Amino acid sequence: MDDFAHRKQHPNYLLIWVYLFILTIVEVAVAFLSHIPRNLLLLALVFLAVWKAGLVGMYFMHLKFESNRLRILAVAPIPLAFILVLAVITEFRW
Amino acid sequence: MAHAAVMEPPAAAEPGAGVYNEKLGMWVFLGSEVMFFTALIGSYIILRFGAPGEWARPGVVLNVPVTAFNTFLLICSSVSMVKAYAAVVDGDQQKFKMWLLLTIIAGASFVGVQAYEYTHLVHDGFLPSGIREGSELWEKVEAGTVPAATAGIYGSSFYIMTGFHGFHVTCGVVSMIWVYLKALRGGYSATDYRGVEVIGLYWHFVDLVWIILFTIVYLV
Repeated sequence: MDDFAHRKQHPNYLLIWVYLFILTIVEVAVAFLSHIPRNLLLLALVFLAVWKAGLVGMYFMHLKFESNRLRILAVAPIPLAFILVLAVITEFRW
Repeated sequence: MAHAAVMEPPAAAEPGAGVYNEKLGMWVFLGSEVMFFTALIGSYIILRFGAPGEWARPGVVLNVPVTAFNTFLLICSSVSMVKAYAAVVDGDQQKFKMWLLLTIIAGASFVGVQAYEYTHLVHDGFLPSGIREGSELWEKVEAGTVPAATAGIYGSSFYIMTGFHGFHVTCGVVSMIWVYLKALRGGYSATDYRGVEVIGLYWHFVDLVWIILFTIVYLV
């Protein structure tokens, strides 16, 4: 199985841990300490959450080092998820 | 024509995504999990933004510091899981087992803290059906800091989302114990670490979902 005979070089996982730790603190701080408008706050929090999720996906789940085919497989449900939620939102918004 | 097709020898298998079957299977499963959690999170978003009244502000009902600690715990467990994976790839069995054990402990602690959180929430009067009359939180309802009209859908969506996530964490911990027991018998090596990588993918996914849940349930 040649899939096992690669990547002896590991990314700096502890650095990713530090990033995730700092981003979590920033997130909690933004949510409770800031007085920015609610919509902007929502946007900032979602941005930070997606950033953290991206770090986990890219480095811990190794998507950064996988083939494009596997990456497509991994992200394929995301547009479907958006369609599902947006379609139901239209039921009562418009 | 259909008969002719049946008579043909099977075509050679395509290389596919270029990964072994177990890993491909896990990714497909995680794809279905994305849709599962989308149903839960999507319902929450729709209920919340479609609700006629205000929702309780962050930190009023839920204990954010405790959950922030739990988030930290789960992130740490993700790091220890990936360190276990790196160790087995490098052929370091000792470190592999140590990191895996730490992951199991952190994962089980996460479930423990969640049980503690639930117990306190129920004690304070936050139920899936809403706020219990006469409870500590009921005073906040009467003071107007917790809107009573949306408390029921808040409670039910909160317990459904975090409950299903907790269930996933529990399944992950049980699976990791299985992997750990196999590791003790020398079931994994630098040339075959499939089980470790596959359970790792699941575990990081559970962490990823929690990152999203923590933000939209506790902080928004």
